[in-house]
Amino acid sequence: MELLETCHDTVKIVTVPESRIDAAAAIRFKDAMRAATAEGPDHVVLDLSNVAFVDSSGLGAIVAAMKQMGEGRRLDLAGLTPDVAKVFRLTRMDSVFVIHDRADATG
Amino acid sequence: MSVRGLLSALRARLRAHGLPESACGTVEIVLAEALNNIAEHAYAGTDRGEIGLHARLGPAELVCTLSDRGAAFPAQVLPEGRLPEIGPGQDTLPEGGFGWFLIRSLTRDIHYAREAGGNRLTLRFDVPDIDETAT
Repeated sequence: MELLETCHDTVKIVTVPESRIDAAAAIRFKDAMRAATAEGPDHVVLDLSNVAFVDSSGLGAIVAAMKQMGEGRRLDLAGLTPDVAKVFRLTRMDSVFVIHDRADATG
Repeated sequence: MSVRGLLSALRARLRAHGLPESACGTVEIVLAEALNNIAEHAYAGTDRGEIGLHARLGPAELVCTLSDRGAAFPAQVLPEGRLPEIGPGQDTLPEGGFGWFLIRSLTRDIHYAREAGGNRLTLRFDVPDIDETAT
């Protein structure tokens, strides 16, 4: 999966350009995240505003992407669309991540 | 047709019947988990298998029935679907086990039957009452 990366001083914003992180995309997403977060700022914001749908495999891949960044680094989420927000809320994973309304407002 | 194709076709049909986006989302999440489960477990080790989907939208209720010719659930019982525990540390966070929790949380009722060498899973949803004559 191609991810778009922009660096702002101490924060890297990684944007998912695809509309689904599901069972068919989860491994490609996790691998692309490993490459995108291997270097650069310790603080990364994952912009999910183009993603309309995440299933449990996609949710697991987002958690794995955070874990593989390593101790002392931080992955926030931004731009959750309604169905994606519902999955995070129901599984209580919204308590694990800092969630911003928009990636460009993460400060 | 792929799981993605089936989900997108179902969502388009539900939307066309006037089901609100939020209810369409709920149905898509549950069906995605149930279909992935069939692909990963019932049809484990094969790269294709047939899945039948029958959906009936009634007043305030949607009933979806999925049928496949794959392996039965272990002991022919559906998983309990408990929410994985969120540990204190980043290392201990669960990366899976959410599927049946989502299915059970978002449906009113689910029923499983093993019959004639296949599986049949019936999923019932409460949906807003749609008056199709109103438009």
